[in-house]
Amino acid sequence: MSARATRAWLLSTPALILFAVLLLVPLLMTFLLSFNSFDFYGGIGSDLSLANYAEVLGDSYFYEIFGRTFLIALITTLICAAIGVPQAYILYRMSPLWRSITVLIVIGPLLISVVVRTLGWAILLGNKGVINTALIDIGLIERPIRMMYTSGGIVLALVHVMVPFMILAVWAALQRQDPAVESAAESLGARPATIFFRIVLPQAIPGVLSGSLIVFSLSASAFATPAILGGRRVKVVATTVYDEFLNTLNWPLGAAIAMLLLASVLVVMLSWNRLVERRFGEVFQ
Amino acid sequence: MRRNGAAAIAFNLVFSLFMLGPIIVVIGVAFTPEGFLEFPPSGISLRWFRAILDNPEFITAAWISLKLGVAAASVATVLAVPAALAIGRGRFAGRDALQALFLSPLMVPTVVLGIAFLRFLSLLGLNGTFTGLMLCHAIIITPFILRLVLASVAGLDRSVEMAAISLGARPLTVFRRVTLPAILPGVIGGWMLAFITSFDELTVTVFIVNPSTTTLPVRLFSHITQTTDPLVASVSAVAILFTVVLMVLVDRLYGLDRLLIGEGKR
Repeated sequence: MSARATRAWLLSTPALILFAVLLLVPLLMTFLLSFNSFDFYGGIGSDLSLANYAEVLGDSYFYEIFGRTFLIALITTLICAAIGVPQAYILYRMSPLWRSITVLIVIGPLLISVVVRTLGWAILLGNKGVINTALIDIGLIERPIRMMYTSGGIVLALVHVMVPFMILAVWAALQRQDPAVESAAESLGARPATIFFRIVLPQAIPGVLSGSLIVFSLSASAFATPAILGGRRVKVVATTVYDEFLNTLNWPLGAAIAMLLLASVLVVMLSWNRLVERRFGEVFQ
Repeated sequence: MRRNGAAAIAFNLVFSLFMLGPIIVVIGVAFTPEGFLEFPPSGISLRWFRAILDNPEFITAAWISLKLGVAAASVATVLAVPAALAIGRGRFAGRDALQALFLSPLMVPTVVLGIAFLRFLSLLGLNGTFTGLMLCHAIIITPFILRLVLASVAGLDRSVEMAAISLGARPLTVFRRVTLPAILPGVIGGWMLAFITSFDELTVTVFIVNPSTTTLPVRLFSHITQTTDPLVASVSAVAILFTVVLMVLVDRLYGLDRLLIGEGKR
């Protein structure tokens, strides 16, 4: 090994030790745990089998939970892209003063605890919540629309939690483009809509794609929002794992569900990356 | 470039309202004089802010979160800065693997990290301890620091370091007097982002706390899932205020957008 490589490894050693001991080993142990048996009286067994995976993959109850989780993540991603792209473009065109104010408003909530933001949605969406009360008061509806404990309510709150990631990714892509191209299109007589769809959007695509990946994977494994707004009635994978670990105490089954979540998120990420590289490889160069 | 038109300004207004709505509602509810959640509040009362003082478990939890954030961000910074210097300065065998490992906590679903830490710490008998919690948080927040410091290292002018070395400065002096000042904005920005991430963390933490180390997000979460009274709103309002102060500070010092995109200071 060259002197430089030795030095680099020495500099990385402290972090490497922490990550090896407290990240790689625990993940490996959890992987092994997912093959252990569980007995309500005897606790976690030391035998290895595929029984937990067979239980999850053979039960329509779990299919429903996985299906719901990925559907929620997919719809959240689509909505984030649909509203995040125009917002990022608007942000990009703002004067510096307005931009710094708007950044605080639309990106700032990212730094506020997800629990606090979801509490706000719980207050808004309840049967006696702000939205239902207002709609009844102005006479649009007679009885409250049920929004708490529904997948729709979870999607709405998740969009609020995730859309800053989309805006950041698209905005970063827009900042890399050359504003002269837009000016050229304009001076050649292109209308604003044409400029947006023919010049701006194609250049923003890499940002949309990387933003979508972030939003999808975070939504698929989101915990706080579905736990507060969905409770026991609308379960997703993360809340199911939580229940298995801290309520049912069937750790091996919980570990198997978590491993399936990890595997599916990784598969989506890798195939997404591959697709993006094949179709849009040139725009990243 | 053209300015935004009327439609764009209207869109921006609606979008801003959507982003601020839930936050305004939480703050509004906190001022209610009633014993239940109502918005808009029927009057302005500090009743539920005074109630925080009668519920010391929230104050204790806030202290734990504060201490945890400072400790975890500091440990992660001390570990991530040398690693970023190694990774950011040219190729060596295993470099990509190291970088992927240190960024991997961003890729693994947090609930998976939570149960992995729980399994490991409980076998060691360390579950629920402050040290265990701090080390787990350090792992989760390392990627944020690493990205920002890497961006600073990429903008580093090596010739200044070379000049210091040729003038006889020892390696530690070069680091302290030349390298560190040059990457300091990235280090400070990374530390702050790491602190805020740790301070807000719920999904991993909920698995590895015990009643004596319960953090503020976990305390709020378990309170909300049992009952919703205006107390959670007033505690949340204080947390929002604290975050907003930090946010404005970060924005002045570093630029919120660049911090979150993970770019270096220009």
